[in-house]
Amino acid sequence: MYKKLVLVGVMIGLSATAAGAQEKLKIGVIATLSGPPAVLGQQLRNGFQLAVKNLGGKLGGRDVEVVVEDDELKPDVAVNKAKALVDRTKADFVVGPIFSNMLIAIMKPVTDAGVILISPNAGTSNFAGKECNPNFFVTSYQNDQNHEVMGKYAQDAGMKKVFLMAPNYQAGKDAIAGFKRYFKGDIADEVYVPLGQLDYSAELTKIAAASPDAIFVFLPGGMGVNFVKQFRQAGLAEKVKFLSAFTVDESTLPAQKEAAVGFFGGANWAPNLDNPQNKKFVADYEKEYNAVPATYAFQAYDAALLIDGALKLTKGNTSDKDALRAALMKANFTSLRGPFKFNTNHYPIQDFYQVKVAQRGDGKFETQIDKKVFAGYSDPYAKDCPMK
Amino acid sequence: MSTGLVVVQILNGLQFGVLLFLIAAGLTLVFGVMDFINLAHGVQYMLGAYLAVAFYALTGNFLVALVLALAAALVFGLLLEFLIFRHLYDRDHLEQVIATFGIIIFLNQAVKTVWGAAPLTLPIPEFFSGSIVLMPGLLYPVWRLVIIGSGLAIGLLLYILVGHTRVGMLVRAGATNARMVSALGVDIHRLFMIVFGFGTMLAAFAGAMIAPILSVEPGMGDTVLILAFVVIVIGGIGSMRGAFLAALLIGLVDTLGRSFAIDILRLVMPPSPARTVGPAIASMLIYVLMALVLYFRPSGLFPARGRG
Repeated sequence: MYKKLVLVGVMIGLSATAAGAQEKLKIGVIATLSGPPAVLGQQLRNGFQLAVKNLGGKLGGRDVEVVVEDDELKPDVAVNKAKALVDRTKADFVVGPIFSNMLIAIMKPVTDAGVILISPNAGTSNFAGKECNPNFFVTSYQNDQNHEVMGKYAQDAGMKKVFLMAPNYQAGKDAIAGFKRYFKGDIADEVYVPLGQLDYSAELTKIAAASPDAIFVFLPGGMGVNFVKQFRQAGLAEKVKFLSAFTVDESTLPAQKEAAVGFFGGANWAPNLDNPQNKKFVADYEKEYNAVPATYAFQAYDAALLIDGALKLTKGNTSDKDALRAALMKANFTSLRGPFKFNTNHYPIQDFYQVKVAQRGDGKFETQIDKKVFAGYSDPYAKDCPMK
Repeated sequence: MSTGLVVVQILNGLQFGVLLFLIAAGLTLVFGVMDFINLAHGVQYMLGAYLAVAFYALTGNFLVALVLALAAALVFGLLLEFLIFRHLYDRDHLEQVIATFGIIIFLNQAVKTVWGAAPLTLPIPEFFSGSIVLMPGLLYPVWRLVIIGSGLAIGLLLYILVGHTRVGMLVRAGATNARMVSALGVDIHRLFMIVFGFGTMLAAFAGAMIAPILSVEPGMGDTVLILAFVVIVIGGIGSMRGAFLAALLIGLVDTLGRSFAIDILRLVMPPSPARTVGPAIASMLIYVLMALVLYFRPSGLFPARGRG
């Protein structure tokens, strides 16, 4: 409901832009900034704004105006806000959203208008495959991949019996399907819980009765906080390996704390990933926002770097869309995750890791790289995409 | 499906029921006595949890944090009553709904501004941090027993307060005919203020007690509010006994539904559709139950006297 207009890198002296012939580059950021998942949207927004700040308020040499909108996790609101960004703000790029159902809502209004849409998180299978779109780029992953990482890990580790649990909606079913694509052992049980469930006593009892080698869960946000605490309190953490995706990350760890230490996740990055650009990013982010960044922040940071690199190739020109798309496709930037390139469907080809929750020396909690599970991994849907 | 498993799941259901009663008690009190729809009950519950977290960070002692949180919640509740609720008692329900819905939006946003959007946590107090073995491989945290105990204690307290004290008598009289009580020389507005303040404290108490097992986050009261309304609608609006029994009923139905829906459906259909249909039915059960109760007994299973 509230709207924030953020001007980043507005000229320090007015005269500085007097000679500038080029108009300001306008970028709309759309993310979920209200309700319980707001913390994810804030990470996205912060990551993007940090990149713009670190680049001196300019992307590809042009001054930048960033307009941030809240989709409120409602498809109709998302469509209206996206339309406003395209028609009224006249945005050159739209960056967002967090949630897949919001992505599906804003896809048409943004890309049909010829505006480039960059998703720093949601990466649905339909837009990776048959419905891939020349104006759509993804700096995160295809949604199934983090679950596949865990499935591959469980398979390689020789686990015999795994208990699966996810919320009863599309993303939950995709998560289970992604895990099972690589895990061929026994499934102790497959449990779907209502979105937003509070108390997991019944499920914990089921897990104890099944006594599996490991559980794999996809319980994003507050659900994950509740489950992780209750799982630990039930004494299951000592007996059953905890595998997950989007359940233990830097957005939830401040609440899970010790309860999550030693739990596993699948990810394309972690704050301790060892390269100079990532070290600088994590330090800058913690200094600026007093929180450890999660994947949402780093992927949004990369989205800004992507735009910057492409505009450097086009000399700041955004009107020739073919040239702009070709420049974006080159991924002319050093990603915080290291090796990065785009597949034909504009989704990344990248490495994936098994990450493990640990407490740092300064008492804060973060996920840390445990093991590389996939190298140069692309999603299985790219072959259905007509773009070559 | 062993007998042991069924027994444990029944226990789980009763525990969830008591937890729901803890949340619904304040709501049904305010709703029943004052005939006032307080949608803000959920955010008051959230505020209780946040205050407990904040005071715990300051003092490092759960009990002190709990007492301070209750006191702060009471002050805040009375302030709300003075500024907003007082002006709504004579309005119709729609206006009460709109005004209290506004409070939900305002407080959710305020909490986010003060404490941030990231979920917070409250540790289980040291003294109660142990657990007992419920079945092989499954521990049952002592804290959950404390929650059950405090839920039962609240139930007993309300039973005595409302049923067997002078204030309780006035409260019941006020619920049946507020104007008559007023005409007999009782300051009905002060009575309402006391009831409302008490309701706020009950909500905050629930929030603080449940915080160690749940995530403390903005909007945490919204899901709970819906469940609380289901409880008081099934139990009979304004009936404390009804709220208690309905909470247990819902806890049992929901937990057993989630545990055994698939197994039961497998008896009548092939495993694969059972796996798809089971969770869907399990999450609908309590709302189906509510619909049935509303159809056959519109005033609830255990309506308060003078209302049914």
